[in-house]
Amino acid sequence: MRLSSLLYNFKQGLLNIWRNKMFSLASIATMTACIFLFGVFYSIGINFNSMVKAAEEGVAVTVYFEENCSQDIIDAIGKAIESRPEVLRYKFVSADDAWASFQQEYLGDEHASVAESFADDNPLADAANYEIYLNDVSKQTALVDFLYEQDGVREVHQSEDVARTLTDFNKLISGISVGVIIILIAVAVFLINNTVTVGISVRSEEIAIMKYIGAKDAFVRAPFLVEGVTIGAIGSIIPLVLMYFLYSSIMNYVAGRFSALGSMFTFVPIADVFKVLLPVSMVLGLGIGFIGSRLTIIRHLKV
Amino acid sequence: MIKLDKVSKTYEAGVQAVRDLSLHIMPGEFVFVVGDSGSGKSTLIKLLLKELTPTSGRIVVNGKDLAGVKHKQIPEYRRKIGVVFQDFRLLQDRNVYDNVAFAMRVVDSAPREIKKRVPHVLSLVGLQPKYRALPKQLSGGEQQRVAIARALVNNPKIILADEPTGNLDGNNAWEIMRLLDEINQRGTTVVVVTHNMEIVRSMRKRVITIKKGMVTGDEEGM
Ligand SMILES: Nc1ncnc2c1ncn2[C@@H]1O[C@H](COP(=O)(O)OP(=O)(O)OP(=O)(O)O)[C@@H](O)[C@H]1O
Ligand SMILES: [Mg+2]
Repeated sequence: MRLSSLLYNFKQGLLNIWRNKMFSLASIATMTACIFLFGVFYSIGINFNSMVKAAEEGVAVTVYFEENCSQDIIDAIGKAIESRPEVLRYKFVSADDAWASFQQEYLGDEHASVAESFADDNPLADAANYEIYLNDVSKQTALVDFLYEQDGVREVHQSEDVARTLTDFNKLISGISVGVIIILIAVAVFLINNTVTVGISVRSEEIAIMKYIGAKDAFVRAPFLVEGVTIGAIGSIIPLVLMYFLYSSIMNYVAGRFSALGSMFTFVPIADVFKVLLPVSMVLGLGIGFIGSRLTIIRHLKV
Repeated sequence: MIKLDKVSKTYEAGVQAVRDLSLHIMPGEFVFVVGDSGSGKSTLIKLLLKELTPTSGRIVVNGKDLAGVKHKQIPEYRRKIGVVFQDFRLLQDRNVYDNVAFAMRVVDSAPREIKKRVPHVLSLVGLQPKYRALPKQLSGGEQQRVAIARALVNNPKIILADEPTGNLDGNNAWEIMRLLDEINQRGTTVVVVTHNMEIVRSMRKRVITIKKGMVTGDEEGM
């Protein structure tokens, strides 16, 4: 097909959309809703993931030893910890380390005198421990059970289940979003189908003439593909623009209002969100448009 | 140019519209096809356009056996044939120029050629002054001339006209027939299906008569 013909068919495709405004609008609106929801779920998901990750990094399981535990047993516990695949890293914290960090964290400079009163008598003499960081919080309980089975283990502390709750919530959100998005994709394909069907029936006389004149199949079909793909493109550009402004304004709002919450509410930068959201949405939009019109053309346009 | 050899066409409904029909039309001929309503004339035209496939028999057009023309080759085949219908079949939302240019656009012609060829063909049918009019602003005769210009614009070797004057009054009918005759004088083979016996008699062309799907008469005009 020569360039002038491509332009001609492109124009005819746009004309289809224009002549068939109600159906086109319904299709575009559904596509917009579909991709907008996808964008919302994706943004929530990616932010949750980053929160989970941040939380995971702070989560530690702490293992305390029995009184007067020998160095050999402590080493053996260390070996056992090392053998677990879910362990990201672990470190030995001696009683002195524990006391030092306690002082720093809770007493601060002003209370140096309090600390001094203990002098060499470490109040946390029993506080030597292993601090274990996990690469997968969901394995935390299993690890704790495992640790209790080891000789010389007096107590295992596990940190709050924030990360685990977040992970579960994340799974729930992705489950719901996948469901909603699949339904919306089906509705969008259905609506584009209808739109193109109407377009074909409006032009049936013209199509018949084209065939008598000797137009090739591709030429007869092209405007309807243009119609579907354009609806898909518009239906993905609108939600992307909406998402961009929504995301940045929420980010600004939260940063302004809840700055006190600090790192808990650090948003993933918009550029990182769109690095994935933009191409995926465009492919989704163009793909739905293409498939929707293609299906209709095969069914109704036996050339 | 057009050769049918014992062609039959039975519709799915069981109606045998064409039976054992054989005929031969030479290049450059002007042929009338006449016959009662339902005798199979339109079916014959559709067979020639490969819109229908014969149930049996062989059709050769432009030296091509239509049985050997694959689905994908039909467009290429139809470009060598211009068709004109009783009801004009113009695009109502486009003016005269665009209706004719449309035929060139859909076969992927270069814009430069379209700009050159369309005015030329419009002047051939005498409609150049009205090139911006919409179909509904034209008389029936004028609309049919636009349709003829559209059939002619891609330089076909054959023009098939199925009752081109069926919707026209006497004067307009005559003008259209004269125009088709003129086109034939320039070398195009023309086949005209018609009920207008008055014109058929006075134009003295070859007349093929069809009855119940069979050729019952074939005579040169005297
Ligand atoms: N699509 C179809 N399915 C079944 N039967 C058909 C079909 N088209 C035409 N026929 C039948 O085939 C026969 C020939 O029809 P055709 O249209 O070829 O006649 P015609 O000579 O063109 O008539 P007219 O002068 O009225 O236009 C008729 O009996 C008609 O009813
Ligand atoms: Mg007929």
